[in-house]
Amino acid sequence: MTKRYGDKVAVDDLSFTVEPGVVTGFLGPNGAGKSTTMRLILGLDAPTAGTITVNGRPFAEHTHPLREVGALLEARGVHPGRSARNHLLALAATAGIGAARVDEVIDMVGLSDVACKRVGAFSLGMGQRLGIASALLADPDVLLLDEPVNGLDPDGVRWIRNLLRGFADEGRTVFLSSHLMSEMALTADHVIVIGRGRLLRNQSMAEFIASAGATVVRVRSPEAGRLADILRPRATLIDRVAEGVLAVGGLSSDDIGIAAARAHITLFELAPQSGSLEGAYMVLTEQAVDFHTHTTSDRAHQ
Amino acid sequence: MSITAPTTPPTRHRVVESQPVTARSAIASEWVKFRTLRSSASMLAGASIGMVAIGMIVGWNTRRIGPSLDPEDIVPSAVLQGYYLGQLLIGALGVLFVSGEYSTGMIRSTMAAVPQRIPVLIAKFVVFVTVTSITIIPCCMIAFVAGQGIISRTRSGFSLGDPGVLRLVLGTGIYLVCIGVIGAACGWLVRNTPGALVTYFAIILVLPGIFGNVLGNWGKDIAQYFPSEAGRSFVSSLRLPYTLSTWTGFTILIAWVVTGLAASAFSLHQRDI
Repeated sequence: MTKRYGDKVAVDDLSFTVEPGVVTGFLGPNGAGKSTTMRLILGLDAPTAGTITVNGRPFAEHTHPLREVGALLEARGVHPGRSARNHLLALAATAGIGAARVDEVIDMVGLSDVACKRVGAFSLGMGQRLGIASALLADPDVLLLDEPVNGLDPDGVRWIRNLLRGFADEGRTVFLSSHLMSEMALTADHVIVIGRGRLLRNQSMAEFIASAGATVVRVRSPEAGRLADILRPRATLIDRVAEGVLAVGGLSSDDIGIAAARAHITLFELAPQSGSLEGAYMVLTEQAVDFHTHTTSDRAHQ
Repeated sequence: MSITAPTTPPTRHRVVESQPVTARSAIASEWVKFRTLRSSASMLAGASIGMVAIGMIVGWNTRRIGPSLDPEDIVPSAVLQGYYLGQLLIGALGVLFVSGEYSTGMIRSTMAAVPQRIPVLIAKFVVFVTVTSITIIPCCMIAFVAGQGIISRTRSGFSLGDPGVLRLVLGTGIYLVCIGVIGAACGWLVRNTPGALVTYFAIILVLPGIFGNVLGNWGKDIAQYFPSEAGRSFVSSLRLPYTLSTWTGFTILIAWVVTGLAASAFSLHQRDI
C-alpha cells in the first residue's frame, strides 16, 4: 500500500503481514511512516493505493471492530473535559459493553483512584494507561499499540510487557511500535522495520540482530580520525561514538585490525559488538533516516 | 498489507460479551458523550433559561403599549425574541458536539470503535435533535405563556389558541433545533472548533447582514434565503419586505439542514479522519 499527503509520500509501496501468536515490533525513525501505517490499518486514513485487511477483511467491514482490534494511537484521542470512566463508557457503548467491564479495565491499568477525574488533568503516563484500557475494552484479537510505553513508569513498562506476552501466548496478534530499543528487544519476537515509508526488514528478532550485530565493531584508538578515513571506503557505517571511539559497520574486526596495522595506527580496543537490537537498528536505518540529528550526521568527518 | 488473527477461534475463553455496532449502540455512545460534558449541559441550560427569561422581560417591558415600542414588540412573536440568544447557544452547541471530537483527537477513538463512520453522524444527529427538541420546544411554550401572562395583566395579549400562534411557538423551537443541526454540519465540514464557529456565525449572522444591508435590493433577494432569514419567515409574526412566505421559508431552512447533513456525510465518508 501507498499513502501520499500532497507531494509527500508517507508510506511507499509497503507490504507486510503481522502474524498471530507473536509480538511484532514496528520500528523506524521519526517520520518513517509508522503512525501513518497504524492509521491506515484502522481505516482512519484511506491508502492512495493498495489494500489493508485485518483478519481477511478491511477493518471497517468488521461487525465487532472493538473486539477485532484494540488500538492505542500515538496522539491522545480523548476529550479532556470527560472523566476516564465516562470516556470508556462511551466507547464501550458502541459494542454494548457494560459498566462492569469498564471498571474492570480501569482496575487492570491501575486508574481506579482517578477514574472519575477529568482526563485533562492526567499526566502523560495516566493518559497512556487510559489509552491501553480502551484498547483492552472488548478483549480484542489484535492489539495495535503506537508507543505504548511512552511516559509509563518502570512498573507500568513491566506490566505492559507481561500483558503483551500473555496476549501473544494466547495466540493473539500484537503489533506495537516503540522508540525504546531496549524495551522492544525484551518484548518483541519479530520485527518490521521501515524507513521513509519503505519496508527495510521483516524478520524474527533473532535474525535481525544476527544480521547486523556481527558487523558492528567498536574501535578505540588515539588516531580514530585517521583510521576512519582509511576505513570509510569499505565500511557501511562509521559512527564516532565518543572521543577516540568509533563504531564501524560492514567490516569484521579482523579487517579493521589489519587495516590499522598497515597504517601503523595503534588500537587500544577492537571489540565486535555482541548483537544488540539498537546496533542492528542503527546500522539499518543509517541510510534511511529522514531527520538526522546533528550529532549523528557529524560523525567522523574530521 | 494485512494483520492476521487466528483463523480458528483461539482456545481462550471470551470473557467479554460484545454486540455488533448498530445505529442503536452508536446512539447510546453519543448519548453518553453528550451528557458527560459539562459544556453541553450549560449551553443547553443557558439557551433554555435565556428563552424563558427574555420572554418574561419582553412581556414586562411591553405590558403597556407606548410610542417607544417597535412593531416587533407588540406582535405575538415578541415574547419569543430569546431565540436571538438561543440560536447563538444552540448553534455553538451543535458546532462543539462535533468539532470537539476533532480538536481533541477523540474522533480517532470514536472512528476506531465505529469504523463505518456514518452511524456516528446519524447517532449525533439523533441525540442532538432529541435532546434539543425536548428542552427547547417546551421552553418556547413556557416563554410564550409566561410572557403573555405578564402582558395580560395590563392589556389583552395573545394565547396559544389564537390563529397561527401555536405554529409560531412550535416553529421557533423547531427553528432552533434546525439551526443547531446546521451548526453541527459546520463542525463536520470544518472540523476545527474556531473555524467551525466562525463559519456558523458567518452563515447565520454576518453574510445575511452583508447581503441584506450593503448590497442593495439584489443582495436583499439573496439574504432572505440564508437560514436565519428563512427562519424569520415563521418565527416572527412581523411581515417585513424581503421575507419569504412561511412555508417557503420553512422549506428553505429544511433544505439547508438536508444539504448540510448530506455534505457532512460525504465529507466524513471521503476524507481521512
